[in-house]
Amino acid sequence: MEIAPTTGWVALRLRELVDYRELLYFLTVREIKVRYKQTAIGAAWAIIQPLFTMIIFSLFFGRLAKVPSDGVPYSIFCFAGLVPWTMFANGIQQSSNSLVGNANLITKVYFPRLTVPISSVLSGMVDFALAFLLLLGFMLYRGFVPNVHALWVPAFLLLAVVSSLGVGLWLSALNVQYRDIRYVVPFLIQIWLFATPVAYPSSMLSEPWRTVYGLNPMVGVIEGFRWALLGSGSPPGLMLVASSAAAFIILFTGVIYFRRMERYFADII
Amino acid sequence: MSEIAISASNLGKRYDIGARAEGDYRYKAMRDVLTDLALKPFRFMRSVARGERPSGHSERQLFWALKGLDFEIEHGQVVGVIGRNGAGKSTLLKVLSRVTEPTEGRVRIWGRVGSLLEVGTGFHPELSGRDNIFMNGAILGMRREEIARKFDEMVAFAEVEKFIDMPVKRYSSGMYLRLAFAVAAHLEPEILLVDEVLAVGDVAFQKKCLGKMGDVSRRGRTILFVSHNMTALRNLCTRAIWLSNGQVVEDGDAGTVVGHYLQENAISQHESVWPDPATAPGNDIVRLHSVRVLPQLDESTDRITVRTPIRLEFSYWNFEPDALLHVSLHLYSLEEVCVFNVASQPAKRPVGLLRDSCEIPPNLLNDGNYYIRLLVVRDFSTFVFNYPNVAAFEVDDIEREGAWFGKWPGVVRPAIHWESEVLEIGPPVARHEPAPPLAHR
Repeated sequence: MEIAPTTGWVALRLRELVDYRELLYFLTVREIKVRYKQTAIGAAWAIIQPLFTMIIFSLFFGRLAKVPSDGVPYSIFCFAGLVPWTMFANGIQQSSNSLVGNANLITKVYFPRLTVPISSVLSGMVDFALAFLLLLGFMLYRGFVPNVHALWVPAFLLLAVVSSLGVGLWLSALNVQYRDIRYVVPFLIQIWLFATPVAYPSSMLSEPWRTVYGLNPMVGVIEGFRWALLGSGSPPGLMLVASSAAAFIILFTGVIYFRRMERYFADII
Repeated sequence: MSEIAISASNLGKRYDIGARAEGDYRYKAMRDVLTDLALKPFRFMRSVARGERPSGHSERQLFWALKGLDFEIEHGQVVGVIGRNGAGKSTLLKVLSRVTEPTEGRVRIWGRVGSLLEVGTGFHPELSGRDNIFMNGAILGMRREEIARKFDEMVAFAEVEKFIDMPVKRYSSGMYLRLAFAVAAHLEPEILLVDEVLAVGDVAFQKKCLGKMGDVSRRGRTILFVSHNMTALRNLCTRAIWLSNGQVVEDGDAGTVVGHYLQENAISQHESVWPDPATAPGNDIVRLHSVRVLPQLDESTDRITVRTPIRLEFSYWNFEPDALLHVSLHLYSLEEVCVFNVASQPAKRPVGLLRDSCEIPPNLLNDGNYYIRLLVVRDFSTFVFNYPNVAAFEVDDIEREGAWFGKWPGVVRPAIHWESEVLEIGPPVARHEPAPPLAHR
């Protein structure tokens, strides 16, 4: 093995992640185990967050503002959007803070630093699974039985994970140097929520603006979720292509930026 | 076995330490401050786009933690790295363990590297001992099945069997450390890098760890070991590298290098006086006034030798009437071995300036450097005040008779009276009596 200064563009060395898959597993398990330790209601928090947001949105946007909901009861329409959104938002929040939160690891041991934000995003899957079960129960209660389109859900989930990780990689690497990120993230998430069709349908826009709107990767995810589970809206086409392309570009540039800054992490964290 | 394990050439590591102070802005006009503020985001964007490490300032202050290091370490060598704080020891280990990148030069390593820059890295207080063992093991580079195989051994080593499923935040600090070290001690890389992790923990456990490390080195593994514990270094290492200001001062036999290092860094301080009781070290009960080391020199020499009696005087202010006080003196060698502890007679003392003194007899201390820790004790057992390194002195060797000029071994060097007799003349005659004892040396 050789240790020498790296300059300029660096190889992504993603194979190293495979070698360290056990560490990735343990880091993810640690995040999951620790998340709700010493809380009174534990994992119920995973459900409370989207549930209460749904109630508030239903009240203000559904009842008072009478926002259209593609022919589906507003509460279900909104909740089907909030479940993937919460995963995305929490993934960003957790991963953007992950490197700084694990500074003691970074400065003492060598391992591929990518495992840290990745495990943060992955650990959110447990919360997602709980909220998703609640969504299914809620749907059945209101008489929505998912059809064969539901098989698309994992694909949209993957798109949400890719988007969350891509943004998370950018923010976590930036946060090492600029702690400003800590203040930017809540703000960013709030704005992003309203730029995403969580509380309203994207059918309020017409082509070609819908495709442009799709450049926000979460547009494709949430419209996709609703189409796959509730059959509302139209099958995502061009808009989904735009969202997928945007998500993968964010992830790809995020990995490159992360790897490029990685060499300084231990020195400046 | 002379295969190379680590080979470093022209290794250097530079840090940017705090660029110019932000305070410089004070001397600029408000307009400049505002333009600067407005331009900052753009500069930030530019540096992000270039993937640089932005400093925000043009004038950087650079510091070379390591510079031009060249060395080779063979497989199976146990090498100690010594040097004062800030000499670059830890930076060297960080570069070798790939935590941070060198700025220039390169290192080639043959073999699997395990690094132990800290014990308990990745321990989470909320997780149980069991979970933490797996987590920590994975971070140190062990496979899950390897950890599972050694699990019972680790738990037994740490002596925490009963608490293994309890969150480690409920552990005592000793248990925590033992568990953390147990994981590290069972790491089996070909090359082990160890930072000063043994500086913590109680003495018994330190011994156990040193024993375990001794085991490790006897099994032919390559170890690079940073420590301030010179005794441990001399015992464990075959070779030592002395770093100063990021460069190698000396590299060679551990005993020799450690000896030179100790000589270089020895400080003698025979007298300390604090004339103002308001600022002297101490508290409301007792404050130091002066500490003096007074060698009772004869005409032949002006240095303290192993034959010089040394008078020690401690004067201090007592502010409490009729306090039952005594002073306790700990004498340490530079390797941090306590040579002895002596105390004055406890007595009721009046308010005022007091002096306790004693004399270290001749022919007691070996040559070397010594320093003194002073404790003032009240009511036989309550520590009022504790002052480490209150004075230091060096004891020289004397001109010896005979042909042995090497370092005389031992912590003390008493003049012990020998008797040598002749019990029988001529070669032994066969008899059924035990042989006479052999005379020594």
